[in-house]
Amino acid sequence: MVKVKIDGFETEVPEGTSILNAARQIGGDLVPPAMCYYTKLKGSGGKCRTCMVRVAQSSEKDQRPMPKLVASCSTPVQDGMVVENITNPAVLEARKAVVEFLLINHPLDCPICDQAGECDLQNLAFEHGTSKTRYEEERRTYDKIDIGPNIQLHMDRCILCYRCVYTADQLTDKRVHGVLNRGDASEIGTYIQNSIENDFSGNVIDVCPVGALTDKTFRFKSRVWFLNPFDAYRNCPTCSGKVVVWKFGEAIYRVTGRKDQYGEVEEFICNTCRFEKKAPEDWTIEGPRAIDRHSVISQNHYEGFGDLKI
Amino acid sequence: MSRKLLLEHAEVPGIETYAVYRKQGGYRAVEKALKALTPENVLDEVKISGLRGRGGAGFPTGMKWSFLAKPEGTPRYLLCNADESEPGTFKDRLLMERLPHLLIEGMILSAYALGCRTAYIYIRGEYKWIIKILERAIAEAYANGWLGERILGADFSFDLHVTPGAGAYICGEETALIESLEGKRGNPRLKPPFPAVSGLWGCPTLVNNVESLCAVVPIVNDGGEAFAAIGVGRSTGTKLISACGNINKPGVYEIELGLPVEEFIYSDEYCGGIKNGKRLKAVVPGGSSVPILPADLILKTAAGEDRLLSYESLADGGFVSGSMLGSGGFIVYDEDQCMVRNTWNFSRFYHHESCGQCSPCREGTGWLEKVLHRLEHGHGRMHDIDLLVDISKKIEGNTICPLGDAAAWPVASAVRHFRDEFEWHVLEPQLSQQRNFGLAMEAVAV
Repeated sequence: MVKVKIDGFETEVPEGTSILNAARQIGGDLVPPAMCYYTKLKGSGGKCRTCMVRVAQSSEKDQRPMPKLVASCSTPVQDGMVVENITNPAVLEARKAVVEFLLINHPLDCPICDQAGECDLQNLAFEHGTSKTRYEEERRTYDKIDIGPNIQLHMDRCILCYRCVYTADQLTDKRVHGVLNRGDASEIGTYIQNSIENDFSGNVIDVCPVGALTDKTFRFKSRVWFLNPFDAYRNCPTCSGKVVVWKFGEAIYRVTGRKDQYGEVEEFICNTCRFEKKAPEDWTIEGPRAIDRHSVISQNHYEGFGDLKI
Repeated sequence: MSRKLLLEHAEVPGIETYAVYRKQGGYRAVEKALKALTPENVLDEVKISGLRGRGGAGFPTGMKWSFLAKPEGTPRYLLCNADESEPGTFKDRLLMERLPHLLIEGMILSAYALGCRTAYIYIRGEYKWIIKILERAIAEAYANGWLGERILGADFSFDLHVTPGAGAYICGEETALIESLEGKRGNPRLKPPFPAVSGLWGCPTLVNNVESLCAVVPIVNDGGEAFAAIGVGRSTGTKLISACGNINKPGVYEIELGLPVEEFIYSDEYCGGIKNGKRLKAVVPGGSSVPILPADLILKTAAGEDRLLSYESLADGGFVSGSMLGSGGFIVYDEDQCMVRNTWNFSRFYHHESCGQCSPCREGTGWLEKVLHRLEHGHGRMHDIDLLVDISKKIEGNTICPLGDAAAWPVASAVRHFRDEFEWHVLEPQLSQQRNFGLAMEAVAV
């Protein structure tokens, strides 16, 4: 176990833990935002640069600060490390810069985007972005691509976090999509418009932090904050069958994995559960899903109903 | 006439063949090392020599070598970075074209010192003809017993391969090079772990520039101290400078580090002065990624001392009034050159070459290029100039690899030193399309 101090809060974590995960252990405002890092996906992280922090003291032995800001998701903690996140203006400035970079080519079409309300980029921009843009050039655009019958790719919104690539690599037998081209012409694609077909392909929708990969069985049906999420399960032969069903009245509008407060799913679910089981009788409801109270979705929340004193 | 260590025999006809190279004293260093020196001795000589990486960063080679992890039972790899694609740099090309055996000899020595069994030369795909030259030279070396099993009967075996890249600048970054060599997309890796611990196929790997590896040969031949005696301060030995731009004699020159910049530009032995008798306007002293310096700051430092071609002297003044020796791509601009156009050109290059992995570089390089394109073509506004500085500041230091810095520095330094010219492009959009700043100002003065 090593000791690390983040924004003045001390915690003890096993050796090799990243700064980000140490911060998550403390919790609260000092947790750096992460757009590309995903705990369950090996090799993810380091790309979006939103989680950058300053290391004011490398370790107990080496008391020098690190010369540059480091990506907290990919930098392991050392004993006696002192990290500054929200207490350092330079870190916030860099984060603001990254948000600006991520948004200059983003279409900002939140009003017609299905991800709105549960979009990491939207939350990030709300916290760290500016209300005006300095970008006067034309934004890059792509055609919408159908990858398979259930998934739509909207490259305009993509922030190239590579999460879906790692998901396909690590969860499915054969990856058919990846990053094509270079620089700001990079795009997620299947080269020749292939469909992504395997039992777990739908998980790329859950890991996508923005509205680039959306569920075609749910597109334009409803705003996420009008729906009521419930934990539910079914006996599924392929996956654990533990999901969240999003209901409007009695009707099930969509099925997703169970996401924690950092937007990471607890267990990946199969395509049958996600796309095909939408009848109320398919599912056994466990109870309302707890949604972080800061989320816009919790407008209709059921959290803490039991505690209400009437 | 300065001493030449690497290019001494470069002009000998047929030096690229084994017979001629051997006749000129080639492979003497390998004989000496394998018969009389232990690997530690070779490493010590390199440390004593004070050789610094010639690829651009200038990190002491001996120290880099000693960082290489040596776990039992794991192979170690030596990689030669011949992905020379920085605009303005073409020194490695000459070395490999003329002296392929010098590189092979240097690699044998380095591999001996480091205990590597296999090495790869990662060469940029555009150097098609050089791949053939290297392959021929390697075949000759195998045929004459300098490569392969039990070289010279010593307990040392070594294999050398040439692998061409597909022409991406980013693959000159050492971890991207390793990814590319493994057959993957050339994206730089996150560090740590550093290649010295986990590099090619997860094994300890050392990546060195062509010139650094070649310099090991004279170091072993004449000893580290003889090498350290050349140069000034911590810039020891000789360095190849590839000079281009508006000069009378463009080409690759081997200089002793510490040569005054003024002498290098104006002496007939080197660049031979500015072409057509024009005046010097600016110099990029170390390849396109280092900050550009105007004539007064490249000849004299801010403190008024003579600027020397050495790591320390060129960096004097930090990024405010200094630059870097970099890879030695010396680009000279005369008074007629447009700095806005030049900056746009560099920026276009970095925009095209960014790998697109991390957001500041992917989005920032494109943004810089577009704003500079506007300025150059007469559609810029005054606040665009400050925007350029701001974008470059936000890319710098926030990226995975140094390509972001390399894209940001030329822009930031051009605006710092030639702001009047950028402003002129905004104020005189029509005029800036017809003539350049130097000439226009001349007309105003008359």
